[in-house]
This record gives sequence, C-alpha cells and structure tokens, in this order.
Amino acid sequence: MKYFSRRKFLGKTSNLIGAMLAAGLISTSVMATEFPTAEVNTTGLAVTDDTVTVGILHSLTGTMAISETGAQEAERLAIKQINESGGILGRQIRVIREDGASDWPTFAEKARKLLINDKVAAVFGCWTSASRKAVLPVFEQHNGILYYPTFYEGLEQSKNVIYTGQEATQQILAGLDWVAEEKGAKTYFLIGSDYIWPRTSMKIARIHIEQVLGGRVVGEEYKPLGDTQFGSIINRIRLRKPDVIFAAVVGGSNVAWFRQLNAAGINSDNQTLLTLSVTEDEVLGIGGENLEGFYSVMKYFQSLDNPNNKAFVEAFKAEYGEDSVIGDVTQAAYLGPWLWKAAVEKAGSFDIDKIVEVSRTGEIELDTAPEGYVRLHPNHHLWSYTRIGKWNRDGQATVVYESPELIEPNPFPEGYQ
Amino acid sequence: MGDFTFQELTSILAMQGFVGISLFSVLLLMALGLAIIFGQMGVINMAHGEFMALGAYTTYMLSMFTRTHYPELMPYYFFFAIIASFLVAGIVGYLTEFALIRHLYKRPLDTLLATWGLSLIMQQMFRTFFGSREVSPALPDWLMGSWMPTDSIFIPINGMFVLGLTTVVTFAVYYLMYRSSWGLNVRATTQNRVMSGAVGINTKQVDRLTFALGCGIAGIAGAAFTTIASTGPTTGSLYIVDTFMVVVFGGAASLFGTIASAFTIAQAQSILEFFISSSMAKVLTLLTLIIILMIRPEGLFASKVRK
Repeated sequence: MKYFSRRKFLGKTSNLIGAMLAAGLISTSVMATEFPTAEVNTTGLAVTDDTVTVGILHSLTGTMAISETGAQEAERLAIKQINESGGILGRQIRVIREDGASDWPTFAEKARKLLINDKVAAVFGCWTSASRKAVLPVFEQHNGILYYPTFYEGLEQSKNVIYTGQEATQQILAGLDWVAEEKGAKTYFLIGSDYIWPRTSMKIARIHIEQVLGGRVVGEEYKPLGDTQFGSIINRIRLRKPDVIFAAVVGGSNVAWFRQLNAAGINSDNQTLLTLSVTEDEVLGIGGENLEGFYSVMKYFQSLDNPNNKAFVEAFKAEYGEDSVIGDVTQAAYLGPWLWKAAVEKAGSFDIDKIVEVSRTGEIELDTAPEGYVRLHPNHHLWSYTRIGKWNRDGQATVVYESPELIEPNPFPEGYQ
Repeated sequence: MGDFTFQELTSILAMQGFVGISLFSVLLLMALGLAIIFGQMGVINMAHGEFMALGAYTTYMLSMFTRTHYPELMPYYFFFAIIASFLVAGIVGYLTEFALIRHLYKRPLDTLLATWGLSLIMQQMFRTFFGSREVSPALPDWLMGSWMPTDSIFIPINGMFVLGLTTVVTFAVYYLMYRSSWGLNVRATTQNRVMSGAVGINTKQVDRLTFALGCGIAGIAGAAFTTIASTGPTTGSLYIVDTFMVVVFGGAASLFGTIASAFTIAQAQSILEFFISSSMAKVLTLLTLIIILMIRPEGLFASKVRK
C-alpha cells in the first residue's frame, strides 16, 4: 500500500509541476518579478502583476461578420497560445471582445470604450478600410495601438497602427509582373466592386500595366456591392477579348461573378484570370468547381508547405473544427498578437510609445509566422512574400509562384497615385 | 476593337438579349410574392427578403441532407427543394399572419415597422442557426454550364431554369387570382372587406392564405436564387430594394403591371450596363424611375378602384 501511495504522490507532484509549467506559472513568477508593474506600465494601462488586458474589435454581427469571423478566431488562438507558453512579460493576457456590428460609428464608439474605460494595452481588430478609418482618430487621440490584419489599399501610415496585411503594391505589382511574364499577357480587363479598395487597387494596376509592363487596359468596370448580375459585363469581356481578367469583386457578388463566368463558358481552359479578393474563405461560398484553374495573388495560402504553417493549421482545426479553412487575412490576424508580444518584450514595457519606438527600428521579426519569416518595416507594415495560388476543385490552392525575396511594403508608392 | 466577324457580333447580341430576359425573370420572381401581399392586402412586408432567404436556406439544408443520405438522388433534389421552400416559407408566413399581421390591418403603417422588426429577428436567427458565413447548396450538374445553340453562343442553364420557373409561377398566380373562386374571394376582400364578410366569405381565412401564398412564392424565389448567388443571413436585405422598386413602379394590385415593370427595369438596366458602367446604369435607371413615379405616382398600371 505504501508503495502505491508513494507512487501516486510522486505522480501527482510531477503532474502538478507539469501543469504549472504548462500554464507558465513557474517561469511566470520569475519573470513577473523581473518586470515590476510600475516599470512596465507608466501610463496607466490595464496591466496588473499577473495579467494584461487587450481588446479584440471585430464585427460579430452584420454583413461583415462573414469575413471577420476567421480573423477574430485567429487572434484568440494566438492569444491562447501565448498564454500557454507563459504569457507576456510574465503576465497572462485577458481579452475583452467588442462587436463593431459592421457599422463604422459603432467601431469608433467601441474603440473609445476599449481605450478609455478598459485601458487596454493593445487592440486587435477591424477588417474593412471604412472601419479602420473610423477608429483611427480615436487611436491617435488616446494613444492606443491597433493591429490591423487586412490587405488594403495603402496610402496610410499611422503611429498608432501596425498593418499586418499587405498594402496594395505588395499584392498587385508582383502579381501583374507574373502574368505578364508567365502568360505573356498584353491586354487586361479590370473589374472590381465599387468602393475604395478595388478602385485604388485598379488605379495602381492600370499605371503599372500601362507604364511599366507596356500592356493595354481594355476595360475597367465596377459593380455596386451586393450586385449579382454580371451578364452584361461578361459580354463586354467577350467583346474585348482580354489576355487577363484582373478581378477584385467582394462579398456575395463574388459567388455570382464566378458562377456566371463559368456558365458563360469562360473558364481556365480559355481565359487567364487573376484575382485579388479570393481566399480559402471565399472559396467556401463560390465552390471550387467554379474557380478551378484561376489564380489568386496573396501572401498566404492554407496549403503552404512549411513546418510553421503545418502547426498553425493543426492548432486552428483543433480549436475550431476540422472543416474550418484559413484564408490570407486569418493568417495575418494571427500574426498580430505575436508581433505585439515581440515588440513588448523587446521594449521591456507595455507603454505604447515604447512599443512604437521599437516597432520603428525595423528589428521586430517573427520566425514562427505561418507565412514564413516576417519583419516589421519602420513604416509599420510587414515585409512579406507575394505568392500566386492556382485554385483546385477541392477549394485549396497550389502555390505556383513565390516572390524570390521579401517584398518591401510601400504604402505611398511614388508614381502610382 | 475592329477584329470581329459578323457572326461574333450577332452571338454577343443574342447573349446580351438573354441577359436582359434573365434579369427580367429574376426581378419578376422576386416581386410576385410581394405584389400579392402588398397589392391585395396593402401590407408592406419588409421581411419579404428574409422569406426569400428562408427558401434559400431550406434548399441548402435539403441539399446537405440529400448529399449525405441519398447521394443518388442529387440530380433531382432541386425540384423537391423548390416545393419544400414554398411550403416552409408559406407555413412561416401563415403563422406570421396569425401572430403578428392580423392585429395590424387597421394600422397599415405599423405593419411596416412590425415586419421590419420581424426581418431583423429572422436575420439573427439565420445567423444563429447557419452561422454568419455565406453558404451555397451543391447544385445538380445539369443546372451548371450552358446551352450552346451555335459554337459561339452560350446561354446559361441556370438562367433558363429561372426563366422557366418564373413562367410557371406567373401563370399559376394568374390562374389562382383571376380564374379560381378562391382568387375571386381574395379580390372581393381587397375591394370591400365588410361586404365580403356579409356575403359569407371567411375574410380572415382569406387574409391568412393570401399572406402565406405570398411568402411561399418568396420561398420559391429564394430557392431559385441559390443557383445564381450565395446565401447569407443578410441576403434578404439585398433583394428587398429591387423587389419594392418593381412592385411600386408597376402599380400595386396589378399582376400585369408587375410584369411590365420588371421587364422595363431589367431591359433598361442590362442595355445601359452594356454601354456605360454599372454604377452609372443603376443611377440612370433609378433616376428615370423617380421621374416616372413623380408623373404617375400610382405606378405604370394602377387598378381602377372607386375612391
């Protein structure tokens, strides 16, 4: 009996130590004393001796909930993993989740609440440019920091925002160079939804096509958001016979656009199509059979073959179900908490000004990003690879091109405005 | 632009013609249910779009069910889906009339508010049950692709399918409303409720069935639109504007007006869109519509009612 109980006792103790290690309690207690709260938090943020509070601000309801769900899930996963590995400066991260409700004034109001009432140390969130523009003055006035995950049109650089998605040139230029070289494309038909991101993107694309690649734009079309009738535009495309269709159609329209294209007999056998706006998330709705053989230009695809990504996909599926898919923005959102952690640890402080200062050194980097190595540029955007994926029937993409080196973010591209 | 053969141009012209007809059938199918409810009962049903979404979700569920349990029936399930969508949306409509609408007949403007509230409730329910991501049912293969009468003309099969369905539904509605004794009861109730009651028509029953029929047709429209676009919790709100536009422009209470209005709007939109940008085409169409409605506030074909 004695033997057994002794063994039990030993087992229990080692379990306990294991659990404490896993929860980061042991290492935490050492580290938290190393970084006393008074020193790491001089501006009155919500940081205690063992916790730090951050905000997640996405649309959980309304039109944009469709797109923002994945980003929000990835941010929570990253925070959970950080907590499991010992937290940040010895502190566990607490999350306050707010719903922007797809309504831009609501985003501003919730951002104000997070910064003023909750005094959060960082916010991860926003998806559309409109919501980012709405919260920007709030973050600048109250000196907060926002990690913004979406690929966007560029032309912005705020001290209080870290952009973890691509700005327009990172996505567009390499993609166009690739079709020009690989497919010998000379004529292009541009089509997008009618709002700021597609319009700015197409403006950059047109300048690049006409002035750098020496090609010709034979059509430029914008469809109102939510429109589902593409018949007339498809006939115009047929009339103009472009070598490449360059598309940035979003939301529910996307499904209608690809289905109607297919039904009209335009498919990858007879037409090259490169899109800026289809990730694994969108393919769910569009259906792989309607996209087969078309190309997307992104920085991340779920099928990327590297150990970081394998671990990430596995953890994501374990958390949110085997059927969940991961798109470009979801991955970029996952980087937010990790980049923040890297910055806080480098600064040895939660103070916003100190985080911004180290973020501007250009030395914040992640080896563990699913997309591969990333580094933060002093202009608050990420150096990243541009990749082109060819869609398969099963809704996953095969990466057919990867830029040879990291592409420098350039939110204010000269000659492209 | 010069390197086209005569044959290519005629092909494109033919396909463009079909684009207009296809848009016409979509608009008409959306508007038919509302034309019945708004036209016959005077109820402004803001939840009409959500009844369409209900039909679309019914189709989606049936496709999932068929795929997992009876994969061999996949080519045929869509017909059942249309009937199921009609029944589900119709039954929910019937219950809605019973629980909500019948209390508001004397306060027509309040129906607007009440049905708008209903639309929000339904949207949130879709979100809770189906999630916020957009879904599309797996379509049978015969609905995909296109019919090619010549080498260069592609007529999308889903467009032809919607056109066929719209034709069938329109004739069915015409028969029900203008050739059946039940339709006579409906029209009698619309014109003079008290008198109809006095001659022995169960007006409450008529109201309930009319509302259910309108919602059921919205359900059919929803099922048909799954062949065109995806379905999300807020899909309904995308359709509601176009739907009201068609009904108001056509003149409430007139089936023929609804058809003519859907045709005019669809042709104007698709022809303009071929020559100018789609946003401008929409602006011009709406502007014309406003001007016509300013001149004829009762719409294209108003029924002549003794005031």
